[in-house]
Amino acid sequence: MADTSSARAQILGGIRKALGSADGADEARRRLATHPRNLVPARAQIPHADQVELFATMATEVAATVERLPSLDEVPRAVAEYLAGLNLPAEIRVAPDPKLDAVPWDQRPTLTVTRGRARDPDAISVTGAFAAVAETGTLMLISGPEHPTTLNFMPDTHIVVLKRGEVVGTYEDAWDRLRAAMPGAMPRTVNLITGPSRTGDIEQRIELGAHGPRRLHILLIEDDAG
Amino acid sequence: MHPTTHAFPENARKALSDERLQKVLSTAGTGFVEKRRKAAERLPEFEALRDQGRDLKNHVLANLDTYLEAFEAKVTEQGGHVHWCRTDQEARDAILGICRKANARTVTKGKSMIAEEIGINDYLEANGLIPIETDLGEYIIQLRHEPPSHIIAPAIHLSKEDVAETFRDAHTELPRDRLLDEPKVLIAEARQVLRRKFQEAEVGITGANLMIAETGSTIIVTNEGNGDLTQILPRIHVVIATIDKVVPTLEDATLVLRLLARSATGQEASAYTTVSTGPKRPGDVDGPEEFHVVLLDNGRSALLGTEFQDVLRCIRCGACMNHCPVYGSVGGHAYGWVYPGPIGSVMQPALLGVKEAGHLPNASTFCGRCEAVCPMRIPLPKMMRHWREKEFEQGLQPATMRRGLGVWGWFARRPALYHAATRMAVKALGALGRGKGRFARLPLAEGWTRHRDMPAPEGKTFQQQWAERKGKR
Repeated sequence: MADTSSARAQILGGIRKALGSADGADEARRRLATHPRNLVPARAQIPHADQVELFATMATEVAATVERLPSLDEVPRAVAEYLAGLNLPAEIRVAPDPKLDAVPWDQRPTLTVTRGRARDPDAISVTGAFAAVAETGTLMLISGPEHPTTLNFMPDTHIVVLKRGEVVGTYEDAWDRLRAAMPGAMPRTVNLITGPSRTGDIEQRIELGAHGPRRLHILLIEDDAG
Repeated sequence: MHPTTHAFPENARKALSDERLQKVLSTAGTGFVEKRRKAAERLPEFEALRDQGRDLKNHVLANLDTYLEAFEAKVTEQGGHVHWCRTDQEARDAILGICRKANARTVTKGKSMIAEEIGINDYLEANGLIPIETDLGEYIIQLRHEPPSHIIAPAIHLSKEDVAETFRDAHTELPRDRLLDEPKVLIAEARQVLRRKFQEAEVGITGANLMIAETGSTIIVTNEGNGDLTQILPRIHVVIATIDKVVPTLEDATLVLRLLARSATGQEASAYTTVSTGPKRPGDVDGPEEFHVVLLDNGRSALLGTEFQDVLRCIRCGACMNHCPVYGSVGGHAYGWVYPGPIGSVMQPALLGVKEAGHLPNASTFCGRCEAVCPMRIPLPKMMRHWREKEFEQGLQPATMRRGLGVWGWFARRPALYHAATRMAVKALGALGRGKGRFARLPLAEGWTRHRDMPAPEGKTFQQQWAERKGKR
């Protein structure tokens, strides 16, 4: 590796010289430690029930589909019917997420279920979510052994099992939840996903499914228990 | 990329007489303007967020050393590497070094303006590597060996027929007579071809919309998901970013993100906002084994403490060029280098020098729309005026212009003489042009009358009218 220490010293030295006396450093360090909120739009600062509705509305607006289910027990049926309705193969790659262990996949013997990271031929993935941001209809997925990031991007169809209690109002709420879950650390990847993959690069016409999933289907589980 | 910015007048003239380009430009960009307006109107706090975005970036720039050091410490703490680079050459060498060490052959790339700025593709290619752009627009222009013409829509100057022709020439393994008539078909083909490349690559390079000092994370924002595949499939993830991209915290990144997508494409949020921190963790079954941040200065720190410091607030949304009548008339390529539009007219003189890029700040109507829509409220027109001053100070304008300005200056400092002379000139011109009401040609102003008629003056001079009105009040 090239030695970049002299470059480092020169860049930082140049910055300090241009800025003059650096008496703002304490304030900067305080900001890093306390991470104060900036202006947070009022849109999603509403009761939780309304946040859930706002999330569904905003996600639908960006071409995700949202299906509400009373409990995790309904997930196999919903997945099978969703795939059948689109003439897609009933083979799913499921995240090794303990949250999804409670899903009774064997109730639908026609579904072929394997678990692990996405492989090239996997066309359909099923994952959980860490949180969902109502403000913009955005899912927050974090990487880890239980949630390989490849599942969010490689398959054509991404099905997300989202519990009602995972919906928060604003991004700031989601960051607080992440800090509480992983104090002082960050997962390798935080994916904020707002609708399926898209591009407008050819004649500014929006088409879905550029590199990531063409379809993003969200199963919103009303029952938070379990 | 070799700049042709000095040739802006010729570039612009060519662009204006290019019928195909003019046809594309007549519809391009108008969509962005309308979408941005709607997105801004939908968020009642949008203007207040712009104020806070400006203040945040000013605070960051005033404490840039502290935040960069904090960022570096966090990256290192989590197993990543930061490579400080003063110049484009140092950045190219740092990236090549990483690729060499990994015995890499294929390198996939997410869209990055900094990668364009340092010309990394040509450099890697010259050193035997195969760089592959994966953003659809960038991929298309890479196949065509063209530079981007817009910072967020690099292939905006091309029609779907152009793209079909490019793919037919490049993807020779596919049947020549296949149907490529719709964007949908073209996108599916690119997806299929590039999916293979993602898996072949040993190194993935992305840019960064933001770096977060609090967590040592970098953020990229895309709609396609290519930036994600390029950082989770190859073994090594390299982020190339300039020092002005750092923000303190996740909350501060959120403030910028609320402005970015709305200003750029009019989206509430881009499809994918990805926060990347270090290499993969123990137990992770995917993700990169190495995480490198190539942290580039390339002239940014030299702008601190100058009249151009505010330009470092730029978040590269492209709103200024979407709203610019000059960009809308000549397109991005005429600007001759990486950054087109109003931001280019300020950045390119800073990065290339006034001698190379002095035409750009002159090619402005000063209508002020760029500043009016800039999410970071960068006073772009004011900065273009500063570059004009620099150009004059360095004596770079043509002698006739300098002499003309000298004559005007001499008169302007002698108000009585100036008023008398303009009164006479207005009277004379008015009498001469009474027949037609306009002049098709005027001696000493041929540059101006070549493209439009000069209306013959009627009545009195501005100064006379001003004095009379003041008298009435």
